[in-house]
Amino acid sequence: MNMQKFEIEQLNLFYGDVQALKNININIAELQVTALIGPSGCGKSTFLKTLNRMNDLIPGVRITGNVFMDNENIYGQCDIVDLRKRVGMVFQKPNPFPMSVYDNISYGPRIHGVRSRSRLDEIVEKSLRDAVLWDEVKDRLKKSALGLSGGQQQRLCIARVLAVNPEVVLMDEPTSALDPISTLKIEDLIDELKQNYTIIIVTHNMQQAGRISDRTAFFLQGEIVEFDLTEKIFSRPVDKRTEDYITGRFG
Amino acid sequence: MVARHSFDQGLDDLHLNLIEMGSMVEESIDNTILALKNQDVELARKIFRNDDIIDDFEKRIEKKCINLIARQQPLAKDLRTISTALKIITDMERIADHSADIAEITIRLSGQKFIKPLIDIPKMAELAKLMVNKSIDAYVKQDIQLAEEVCASDDEVDDLFNKIIIELIDLMKNDPMCIEQGIEFMFIAKYLERMADHATNIGEWVVFNVTGEHERLARLFHKESGMDKHAEDSDDPAGTIL
Repeated sequence: MNMQKFEIEQLNLFYGDVQALKNININIAELQVTALIGPSGCGKSTFLKTLNRMNDLIPGVRITGNVFMDNENIYGQCDIVDLRKRVGMVFQKPNPFPMSVYDNISYGPRIHGVRSRSRLDEIVEKSLRDAVLWDEVKDRLKKSALGLSGGQQQRLCIARVLAVNPEVVLMDEPTSALDPISTLKIEDLIDELKQNYTIIIVTHNMQQAGRISDRTAFFLQGEIVEFDLTEKIFSRPVDKRTEDYITGRFG
Repeated sequence: MVARHSFDQGLDDLHLNLIEMGSMVEESIDNTILALKNQDVELARKIFRNDDIIDDFEKRIEKKCINLIARQQPLAKDLRTISTALKIITDMERIADHSADIAEITIRLSGQKFIKPLIDIPKMAELAKLMVNKSIDAYVKQDIQLAEEVCASDDEVDDLFNKIIIELIDLMKNDPMCIEQGIEFMFIAKYLERMADHATNIGEWVVFNVTGEHERLARLFHKESGMDKHAEDSDDPAGTIL
């Protein structure tokens, strides 16, 4: 039985007067892949961002309830910089910095105080190896990351997250801008990464959630309709709304 | 509600195909019983010919299922419906095979006087036929209760089978001249018993299709009774009788 990485209690989130998350109560297991699915605007990305307090950056956001990470309430006394180091994020569109491959990866560790060149070299190589990108970029570390393909750029972004040694990786539709081969590479990578990292992924691709996640949460209009083992959600969901959504009969 | 027109049309077609195959199999059982009772060789030959048609039908449905899986990526109930169809057609095809097996024996026994009046074998055949009818009906109506009735009837067929086998053994012990025909009747009884098993399988798959649970029936009707069912995957009657 996996330990819980997050315990979310009575979480509500408002954008001004609009309630985007309603009474969310779930636990997210450590070292597992949890998929968040649901139609556009259902709150899944908003929920993802509550896990490293990215929503704090949006004006007018109000949050109630508790999010415990390793039994510590991240909405209580919490060092947000440290939180975002522990809980990294990968976005829909690859967003490498306009700098070299090496500098993209070493940027985070440098900010967190790593100065030694040899230590940075080690981190860059390990992160790129962990993101299964090393062999493709080892001869062009000093060249611009913008010259990489979309799939390589996304793996670079994952490597950049890994470089600061996080515990959790949040992924917001990380493959929706990628071709099928790059998508499968990222999926394989996620499968590897879950040995060391807790992964929470938002995806619109139902088959992807089925392929890579251990548990799946179905969001609808700001609520979690159903949260269970992926195998159960995709073979015999309990709620009719989940069934309608995953069989493509939802509108 | 968003409709998936092409997919829904595909599922509707699949449903109709299964009903059509089911009615072909039912007709084949009816004819098998008639041919055996009346020692009607012509009808037995017809059953033989129809078996190939049913085999082809199975292949066509199988192809359709695989196509739907490959192109529509079904999930949940849709996936169960298609996997149920794939399982059911195998059971229906086997039932038709056993009809053809019995027809073959009917041809071999033509012109011979039976060693005993056929009483329990037609009774068993009627029961097996009823189970197949009901199982196909349960599929058509997606009726769990009817499917469970089919599964419950299997024990009755098994009891009749055991009774017939004991009677035939007695007959053969007393008169070695009965052995040749006695063995043929044993095969017939075994084929009928297997037909009932396949009908039970269909019933179980119907329950799975509706509820998503398959183990429940197995637990209710087989495991709890402590009965060791005949090898499910073996269709070799000789192997299980002898």
